[in-house]
Amino acid sequence: MNLGLSLRAKRQWANRLALAMSMLAMSFGLVWLIWILFDVFQLGLSGISLKLFTEMTPPPGSSGGLLNAIVGSLLLVGMATLLGTPIGIMAGIYLAEYGQYTWLGRSTRFINDILLSAPSIVIGLFVYAVYVSRVGKFSGFSGVIALALLVIPVVVSTTENMLKLVPNSLREAVFALGAPKWVVISKVTLRASVAGVVTGVLLAVARISGETAPLLFTALSNQFWSLNLNEPIANLPVTIFKFAMSPFKDWQEIAWAGVFLITLGVLSLNILARILFRQKHRS
Amino acid sequence: MMATARRKRSIGDWVFFNITRLFALLTLLMLGGIIASLVYGAWPSLKHFGFPFLWTPDWNPPMEKFGALIPIYGTLITSLIALAIAVPVSFGIALFLTELSPTWLRRPLGVAIELLAGIPSIVYGMWGLLVFVPLFSKAQPFIAATLGKLPLLGALFSGPPLGIGLLTAGIILAIMIIPFIASVMRDVFEVTPPMLKESAYGLGATTWEVVWNVVLPYTKVGVIGGIMLGLGRALGETMAVTFVIGNTNSINSASMFEPGNSITSVLANEFSEASQGIYTASLIELGLILFLITLAVLVFSKLLLLHLSRQEGRAT
Repeated sequence: MNLGLSLRAKRQWANRLALAMSMLAMSFGLVWLIWILFDVFQLGLSGISLKLFTEMTPPPGSSGGLLNAIVGSLLLVGMATLLGTPIGIMAGIYLAEYGQYTWLGRSTRFINDILLSAPSIVIGLFVYAVYVSRVGKFSGFSGVIALALLVIPVVVSTTENMLKLVPNSLREAVFALGAPKWVVISKVTLRASVAGVVTGVLLAVARISGETAPLLFTALSNQFWSLNLNEPIANLPVTIFKFAMSPFKDWQEIAWAGVFLITLGVLSLNILARILFRQKHRS
Repeated sequence: MMATARRKRSIGDWVFFNITRLFALLTLLMLGGIIASLVYGAWPSLKHFGFPFLWTPDWNPPMEKFGALIPIYGTLITSLIALAIAVPVSFGIALFLTELSPTWLRRPLGVAIELLAGIPSIVYGMWGLLVFVPLFSKAQPFIAATLGKLPLLGALFSGPPLGIGLLTAGIILAIMIIPFIASVMRDVFEVTPPMLKESAYGLGATTWEVVWNVVLPYTKVGVIGGIMLGLGRALGETMAVTFVIGNTNSINSASMFEPGNSITSVLANEFSEASQGIYTASLIELGLILFLITLAVLVFSKLLLLHLSRQEGRAT
């Protein structure tokens, strides 16, 4: 009896210990993340001023802003999204509507999942090897291609998953009216899942807005104002990288402001995507 | 009339089908294209150095002598440190989210974890360099005086307190991959049939015993898949590492306080300044090695997760 009680007590203590460790782990995880976000917001906000949005990136020792980098980033991200989204949607349609059980469909789905978590730095090297080294110079276009290649897998997988959520009875109803398959897909199933597809695009945009590594081999950076996609172009991530690694205090302050802008942008995109998705699936 | 209308729709169908199939094929070919182009770009170095490239410790651009040992070592060590920290913590978080947390907290905490997985790695890297490193360099003498005194393991925690180095890079990586691993673990824990858990509770098992003896064995494949996914992220991560690893092409001791280099940090730091020819080719070969390592890890994790979902499909 005594032995039984002590076994029971032992088990309860093991349980309490494990649960305490679990709570500790949860708080450990949260503490780091709150700490990082707090610093980014505090140090970033103090660097926010009108100058940030109206002046070019400065040489060390003088004041300036991030105008060329912000505009360059918007341009690169926008173009990459425009280029990658249609490709991703088309491939996603194939996976969900045609190739669900075919050899091509299955292998593409598998490869796409791998590409989804492949290191982005390798995508940059790929674009360097097939484009930049041929043309002989770093350029905005190559940056757009690299980012577009990162957009595609995200859009493919969300498009596929969203199309699969459309009930088959809807498809059958339209087929029964005599519509050909491409009309069923483009006018009905795709339209029924538009909120989900947009969610995927938003997530893709969020992913590429902070990407630094692939741009180091492609768009590089530019200290000056330039919208020419055939030349190196300024962008936020590479500028932040350069400024934060430098020993100059004023450069580091600008880098904090830049990191704040990116974090804010990425978090709002993610939240927007979530709200959009949930609204659609509540109704 | 009827016939032309029908032909028109079948042409439309044919065109649409083939366009979508073309883009699916394009996605499929991208993987092969990446490998082929990297092999092509790395060819001068592959031919010149051969297999010894993998275990040569020199990295000397002026002398055009290149070897991948130190970057490979840095990549593997930092990822291992990251996993050693992130796996137990993520397990605790997943346990908390699925079994302990009050229901009203579950959603917000889960969403917070997922949102944090989306924060760009440059944020972690920059914060690591400008905030964490100065603090950590103050803590290092203390670590060296305690953990450093242990037999055998002590050698891992010795040396000058620089703040930057392999250990710092591992810690920053760990903070970054915790959200990834935790959310996969939570998802696979949730697929455990409630019937199984309730039976165990009914027999008088404690929460911990249910998780350790029922949930974990049931989901072990998925858990390993999630860990591998985190490992894949850690191996290929650039910015979080480059800021804090120290960027030194030599390793003088086994200590994790040593500054070093990972494959990604070498690429990020040296690529745009590298001269064409063998230097660039060697850097591309580093990228190829990294890609092959992560590919193996990701394929393995994907197969495990597929296996799990198939099993789940059979059970229901």
